[in-house]
Amino acid sequence: MKKLLLFSIVTLVGLTFIGRMIYLQVIISDELKLEAENNSVKTVYDYPERGFIFDRNGKLMVANQVAYDVMVIPKETGDFDISKLAGLLKIDEARLKKKIKTARTWSTKQASVIVPQLTQEEYAPLQEHLRKFPGFYIQRRSLRKYQVDHSASVLGYIREVNQGKIDRDDYYVQGDLAGKSGIELQYEEELRGVKGYKKFTRDHYGRAREPYKQGSHDLAPVAGKDLTVTLDKELQKYAEMLMKNKRGGIVAIEPKTGEILSLVTAPNYDPSLLMGRNRSKNINAILRDTVRLPDVNRVLQGQYAPGSPFKVINALIGLQEGIVTPQERFRCNHGYDYGGRKKMACHSHASPLAMSKGIAESCNAYFAQVYRRIIEKGATSSQGMDTWHDHVTSFGLGNYLGYDLPVGQPGRIPDGEYYTSRYKYKWYAPTTISNAIGQGEVAVTPIQLANMTAAIANRGYFYTPHIIKKINGTPIDNPKYTKKNFTTIEARHFEPVIEGMNEVYNSGTAKYVKIPGIEICGKTGTVENFAKVNGVRKQQTDHSVFIAFAPKEDPKIAIAVFIENGYWGSRYAAKIASLLIEKHIKGEITRTDLEDYLMSHSLEYEYAKKLGTQPYKINVAIDQGLITDEKEQKLHRLIDSLNLKILN
Amino acid sequence: MGIGDKPKYDIAAILIYTVLVIIGLLSIYSAAPVLEYTSITDINQVYGKQFMFIGVCALLIIIILSIEVKFYEQFAGLIYVVSMISLAGLYVLGKEVNGAVSWYPLGPFTLQPSEFAKFATALAVAKFLNQLNVSLKNVRDFMIVSAIIAIPALLIIPQPDPGSALIYSAFFFALHREGLSLWYLSLGIIALALFLAALVIDLWWIIIIIVVVVGIIYLLSRKRKHNKRLPKPRIYLYVIATFICIIYTLSTSYIFNNVLKDRHRNRIDIVLGRVQDDAGIGYNINQSMIAIGNGGWQGKSLEEATQTRGGYVPEQHTDFVFSAIGEVSGLLGTSITILLFMFLIYRIIIMAERQRNQFARIYGYGVAGIFFLHFFVNIGMVIGLLPTVGIPLPFMSYGGSGLMGFTILLFIFIKLDAHRMSYDH
Repeated sequence: MKKLLLFSIVTLVGLTFIGRMIYLQVIISDELKLEAENNSVKTVYDYPERGFIFDRNGKLMVANQVAYDVMVIPKETGDFDISKLAGLLKIDEARLKKKIKTARTWSTKQASVIVPQLTQEEYAPLQEHLRKFPGFYIQRRSLRKYQVDHSASVLGYIREVNQGKIDRDDYYVQGDLAGKSGIELQYEEELRGVKGYKKFTRDHYGRAREPYKQGSHDLAPVAGKDLTVTLDKELQKYAEMLMKNKRGGIVAIEPKTGEILSLVTAPNYDPSLLMGRNRSKNINAILRDTVRLPDVNRVLQGQYAPGSPFKVINALIGLQEGIVTPQERFRCNHGYDYGGRKKMACHSHASPLAMSKGIAESCNAYFAQVYRRIIEKGATSSQGMDTWHDHVTSFGLGNYLGYDLPVGQPGRIPDGEYYTSRYKYKWYAPTTISNAIGQGEVAVTPIQLANMTAAIANRGYFYTPHIIKKINGTPIDNPKYTKKNFTTIEARHFEPVIEGMNEVYNSGTAKYVKIPGIEICGKTGTVENFAKVNGVRKQQTDHSVFIAFAPKEDPKIAIAVFIENGYWGSRYAAKIASLLIEKHIKGEITRTDLEDYLMSHSLEYEYAKKLGTQPYKINVAIDQGLITDEKEQKLHRLIDSLNLKILN
Repeated sequence: MGIGDKPKYDIAAILIYTVLVIIGLLSIYSAAPVLEYTSITDINQVYGKQFMFIGVCALLIIIILSIEVKFYEQFAGLIYVVSMISLAGLYVLGKEVNGAVSWYPLGPFTLQPSEFAKFATALAVAKFLNQLNVSLKNVRDFMIVSAIIAIPALLIIPQPDPGSALIYSAFFFALHREGLSLWYLSLGIIALALFLAALVIDLWWIIIIIVVVVGIIYLLSRKRKHNKRLPKPRIYLYVIATFICIIYTLSTSYIFNNVLKDRHRNRIDIVLGRVQDDAGIGYNINQSMIAIGNGGWQGKSLEEATQTRGGYVPEQHTDFVFSAIGEVSGLLGTSITILLFMFLIYRIIIMAERQRNQFARIYGYGVAGIFFLHFFVNIGMVIGLLPTVGIPLPFMSYGGSGLMGFTILLFIFIKLDAHRMSYDH
């Protein structure tokens, strides 16, 4: 025994060691090899230039500029004079310390941004001196250079990727820039290209030694693709100018292609605000503005009751279902008594009216009766409602449209099931009578409204609206955007309705915003709405809505304008729509009186009512929006007194 | 001169030694902290220096083998005394390197006397036990042997170099061969187990476990009362044992938490998995394991051995040289190295067993024990099985004193063995 003790212990230990070696060098070898590679391979990224964005006429909207980020790899810094570095970078010492600490917490081995996005001028003096600080280096980056001071919300912006994005997508590393909203987000993969990298072996001090495996693992960058979008830069600029001091949105679509000519949400901001050293301050101001909500794209995300423009859909369904003829006249006794507590009111106009005049005068009674017949045509109200629902949704309402922008809302078009589950007892057409005039349960987004208008302009079909026109100069051939979507209404039924919409401009609600020389078909809308003010649901001044297309026979533009609390349709929305149609078709403005009105009136005073504590009147007959110094000062005082964070 | 007077040098042992030294030199070469390689004989680089040390060792071997064999036994006492004085002298003349006073400055080089104290102690232990009237069963003799072993260890600990001091426990194997009860090893293991358990488990639980275990042993031993020939179990012995265990556990845990320095405590904590710290003290072991894993089956060429060439493993040419072998020559190299060490130790045991003279046998076991403990502690540390203890891998780690010390240790035994037929007392 005593001769064998050491012998057996040596054997035991030796075998254990060999077992451990097999474990380390065979079983978990791959993991350890990966760690060795992470240790020893320094990856230097080579960022390609991000693709440019051109408008439909080839005019440059978004280009690039060079910027420089100061980066740090905390493990490699060693001891250094922090106050000297702070002086060099021109930032506060405590702030620098905090940033380095944050970087260290994130990763000691990987690079973090210390000072982002320096300009060429700021970078030049740094370049020389930063070499004395091991672990710090400068990464060249391509940043956006905006050639426009509008369209921020549709163009979107790029921002440093966050940890969530890095975790989801292997492509990104800390410090990369990626599209965060709008076109930049939607077409991120096309715009960004593929970043290249060079791998170097490095020692544990982080010094690059030589190309890793003779550069066989390196990747050359692939340049980003240039996008041509369907927007018209000039139209976009003009539209955004008209939207000044208003909240709402505009969508203009080319009916023949489904291309989005203009997409404006207001309030908006200059996209250049999100570049340069003040960008985080500005981004915060935009994101935190809970009063004006500049970050919300009202055109894509705002779900509103469509109001009277919806009546034309009911007219079309009525014709398709054969329950009304264009000639049939309906009475209007300052409204329509459908058996409710009070009748559905209507304004003063001639009576009785046929379809054309019914649309032109936007008679509530006419459409209430048409709608009632549609619903009552079904064996049950529910079946009638389903038929109506199918017709309406064929116009692209009630669901996501499928356009190529990253945000959206489905809107709502109720069907029979919706009311059956909602009401305990049996329900009839009059229960849902508000749908006749685009109030009640229906909700649409402005882009859906514009698309609906395009479908009417095309007499029964539409192309899915889209913003992309060409990628690297090659026109898109995505069948999603080149295939016609047919509505359930036959083409022949559109003519009487379009006549009515034309009559809106000739003798109806929009007769004062006529554009000489262009046959426009439109429909006004005045949308009742409610908002919570100080916790109480209160009716607000009506939204001003307008849809139109022109010219009547060969439509080149279909437009929807939505102005929050603009009161009746022709007060704001119709004026804007007419001007934009003129701008698009003629290229110049003859109705400068309309332009003057829009530029001299502000709805900010209307919006400010909600902020104050004073009781206020809604739907004031005479527009109170004329901009005067006194009112401006009062508004500023109010905003200051409430200490609101508003981006100016 | 009679039969067997012609010395028979053990070729197997010399061959294994040679191979290990060569592998060591190549590994030091691959782990050298240089950016540009120069000639392997470049005296300014670690590999050139090691090359030179090997030359010195060749000289030493010739000297050792040519000295009269009786010299080692006769002068063992003197060698031991000189060695102890050199250890004590460090506190006066020593040079501080990396916070430890373990070296004498010697021109451009340094000399580490603790590396030479090992063979001196082995000789002294062998000589003392070889005396006819000395027996380990005699308490006085046992105390003297213990003192011979403990003195160098106690001189080394405060340098501070607890790792090198630990090596002296290797003499247990020599003593065991000469009749020391296995109980001493068991006691050591129990002590170590209690110490480690105190770090991981709550103290109260350990006390309960001690009481329960001792209680069970007592109840089992009570069966002996049916066997009249054996003495009755004495209950007070069990009570005393229990108390000693408990007091020991409490005091070690107190020492660990309050007396030991953080750097020592951390090393133990990391291996026990009590803390995860790949960036701090655990960095060495972690990087060492990455280097070994990166070697895979066959190892990597120097260009691809990024861990080794990038200098990620601290002290890689000294204590962590085994990780360089792992990365450069893969499983093939590491298992060959491990097997070579096993065979060397086997060979020394076999050689020791064939000695007709007790002095040579005790010395042989001392040598085998010392090599084993270095092999066990060093590789165990490098591959992440044991706490970081800074001791070299014999024949392979960079360092003149170490290489010479191990060479002397081994070749004195080879010399003794060569003369086993003629050499008696």
